[in-house]
Amino acid sequence: MSTLEKAIADTNYLKDPPGIKNWLFTLDHKRIGVLYLYGIMASFLLGGIFAMLLRLELLSPDQVIVDADTYNQFFTLHGAVMIFLFIIPSIPAALGNFVLPLMIGAKDVAFPRLNLASWYIYVAGAIICLYSIVAGGADTGWTFYTPYSTQTSTAVISLTFGAFVLGFSSIFTGINFIATIHKLRAPGMSWFKMPLMVWALYATSIIQVMATPVLGITLVLLIVERAFGIGIFDPAMGGDPVLYQHFFWFYSHPAVYIMILPAMGIISELISTFSHKKIFGYKMIAFSSLGIAFVSFLVWGHHMFVSGQSELAAMVFSFLTFFVGIPSGIKVFNWVATMYKGSIELKTPMLYALSFLFLFTIGGFTGIVLGSLAVDVHLHDTYFIVAHFHYVMMGGTVMAFLGGLHYWWPKMWGRMYSEFWAKISLALIFIGFNATFFTQFIMGSQGMPRRYATYVDTYHRLHAFSTYGSWVLGLGFVVMAVYLIHSLFKGSKAPANPWRSLTMEWETTSPPITHNFDRPMVLEHGPYDYDVIDPKRRLEDHKREVSK
Amino acid sequence: MSTESTDKHLDFLEHHFSTPQQQAESAKLGMWVFLLTEILLFGGLFLAYAVYRSWHPEMFYNAHLFLDRELGTFNTVVLIISSLTMALAIRSMQLGKRKQTIWMLVATLALAAVFLVVKYFEYSHKIHLGQLPGKFYTFDGIEGNNPHVFFSVYFLMTGLHGIHVIGGMFAIGWVLRRTIRNDFSSAYYTPIEMTGLYWHLVDLVWIFLFPLFYLIG
Amino acid sequence: MTSQAPTHHHILPFRTYMLVTAGLLILTAITVGISYMDFGVFNLLVAMAVAVGKAALVALFFMHLKYDNKIYLMVFMVALLTLGVLIFLTLADTMTRGDIDIEETGPINPRAAMYLKDTTSAATPDSLVEGRADTAAVDTTSISPGEE
Repeated sequence: MSTLEKAIADTNYLKDPPGIKNWLFTLDHKRIGVLYLYGIMASFLLGGIFAMLLRLELLSPDQVIVDADTYNQFFTLHGAVMIFLFIIPSIPAALGNFVLPLMIGAKDVAFPRLNLASWYIYVAGAIICLYSIVAGGADTGWTFYTPYSTQTSTAVISLTFGAFVLGFSSIFTGINFIATIHKLRAPGMSWFKMPLMVWALYATSIIQVMATPVLGITLVLLIVERAFGIGIFDPAMGGDPVLYQHFFWFYSHPAVYIMILPAMGIISELISTFSHKKIFGYKMIAFSSLGIAFVSFLVWGHHMFVSGQSELAAMVFSFLTFFVGIPSGIKVFNWVATMYKGSIELKTPMLYALSFLFLFTIGGFTGIVLGSLAVDVHLHDTYFIVAHFHYVMMGGTVMAFLGGLHYWWPKMWGRMYSEFWAKISLALIFIGFNATFFTQFIMGSQGMPRRYATYVDTYHRLHAFSTYGSWVLGLGFVVMAVYLIHSLFKGSKAPANPWRSLTMEWETTSPPITHNFDRPMVLEHGPYDYDVIDPKRRLEDHKREVSK
Repeated sequence: MSTESTDKHLDFLEHHFSTPQQQAESAKLGMWVFLLTEILLFGGLFLAYAVYRSWHPEMFYNAHLFLDRELGTFNTVVLIISSLTMALAIRSMQLGKRKQTIWMLVATLALAAVFLVVKYFEYSHKIHLGQLPGKFYTFDGIEGNNPHVFFSVYFLMTGLHGIHVIGGMFAIGWVLRRTIRNDFSSAYYTPIEMTGLYWHLVDLVWIFLFPLFYLIG
Repeated sequence: MTSQAPTHHHILPFRTYMLVTAGLLILTAITVGISYMDFGVFNLLVAMAVAVGKAALVALFFMHLKYDNKIYLMVFMVALLTLGVLIFLTLADTMTRGDIDIEETGPINPRAAMYLKDTTSAATPDSLVEGRADTAAVDTTSISPGEE
């Protein structure tokens, strides 16, 4: 047995085939997922540093470390790096790449070469984006609104061109996942036997391939407008800057769901696994993912209530926006119902899932507030907005990403992390996050506008409190980095299925062998059949103990 | 089919697929999703067209009179015929007629080149007259508001389409080379089929561009 | 051995391709021909109807959508539908801008501070609040007859 184990340990995907060259030219989805993980972690660090500098600047009403122009560049880079380089690829391209084929019992994604190409395009896009820092730093905000973006003297073109290139990476991942999910599921895995994470990735991919091309053409138009003055968005030449916002938000609103949908998929996995209970309302959760994908294309105008779009359009968009609440609500209720009377294990991933539920609900409800036309006129461009999307993006997506990272960490690396330090880190992140951003809800409702380096004294105490919160938050991430890296070298060996989960990725070794499974996979039980499998397992455990 | 040829034909099967059919269908689905992204890429420009035409209908009418209707019609016919030759190239390979496929691909490539040459003459004529986008617009003689916007949209849409024609020519050249190299057979011709789908999409886009620019009634 | 070959082959007869091409050329001639006629507002509609007919021929026969798995047709339709949504909702804005003219429609709440033009002392927030409270009663009486 031990020789077999040793043989398996040498044939896992991390070691076989060995060498840096085999890593850089790998077609293995697991390695590409890990490569993506390195990329997004570096981006998260960079974006996080910018965030810390922003908060530091806002510590007191007057200038603290940088002048207003530099501050503008900082928040632009913070936004662009976090959105284009971190959040959008975080769950689909990094975790999704790793787990999707494993979850459906496939040997790889449908187009492995395209997959590798998407990673290289990601790296190229990232380099072009970051080149803008050296080239003078764009100061438009991550939305690149015209006419300012076509007039400012800063490096807008390199940042937008980088985002354009990154779009291809996102499209390739989407095409790959759609074909994989349609064609490579293990025999027996019908659509409604797929894990909900797969459903979520499917819905995400649909949005990626439908929305990203429009971003592509938008950025091309912006670059052409800026470079050659074609006048499409320039009011002085008969163009319309609000049209740019239509273009931009037609991508960027669905992009919000590119960020949150896979997070919801992870939460479905975590809550069912750690409640050891069949997921409540499987079909409703699956369909609500597609529902969110559908509605996401109808509501972009709610970003433009004060832009000068017509009153009729604003009313229509406001009305449609409320429909987003329905599928989101369905999901939240189903998760809560899954936990009801489950045997809940409060392991770190589950705590992340609970944090997600709490923070996402706040983020979601404030979204409804902002979607109301009249209220938005008051709250537009204040810290209320900033707080809202950080609750959804960070409290939602990042919490779920971290939950998923901890959940699949043993599968990825074959090592367990320290449960104690993980909980300490989570507590710091949770407290720090709420201190930072709940304060901003209050400031925003009192009228503190976003994107200013200095502010009136009235907001001093709240801003300072928010900054202290960001330090706690940052400390939480430092602790996490330390114990996760430590676990890679000193962590205890992970068993194949540490959480006793029922989805297919846990049926292979930890870490998986190069070709994923040692046998052709066939679906033997549903992904959440805890009501059937758990009693059997308990019986087997009992028999084993008796025989000892 | 003999065993020998089957073995040869299965060379193309990648390890993560279990059957050639699964591989071909995955490729086709992936290609269609890619075409979807292409449609939406052009879609953004169609939106710009719709917005500005709805704002300045008279100007669009006046400006379109300066496009050459005959050359546009000629190019439309060229692209339709090239779509036919592309479809026939695939059909020939389905029947295992490699020679015929090669000739059909060469014909498609030639027609694509004709399209670009005609486009080149149209463009150079407009550049000569100063009917150019945005701030480069120097032409005097089109009534209506902001006639340069018409040419901005015109050059963007036909330019993006032209880039796709060039891309399509590279793709056709690539499968032509592989056909000559004897990579394909009646059992495996997925790359030709995918190239064909792409080429038909290029034709589809032109089918809409033609009446929208050349035939504003 | 035939089971090894992909089964999705559907080879169309040569005649079909020729007929489709003929159809495309005829429709091209029609669309050029009718562009010389004037249908008023329906000009665009007619031109687009012909273009859609041509596109359908290309998609259904050249691209094999008629014979292939319907999932590809669905992908294609989803693309067109999304494009329709993008254009429709954007035009819903650009075509209706300025439709509600604030000068022509009456105030929703005539007692709102912004309509109280006779209160000139709105220099500080405090005085604005006072002014609003003072003039509210007066204004109600002066405006309400006109409203009835």
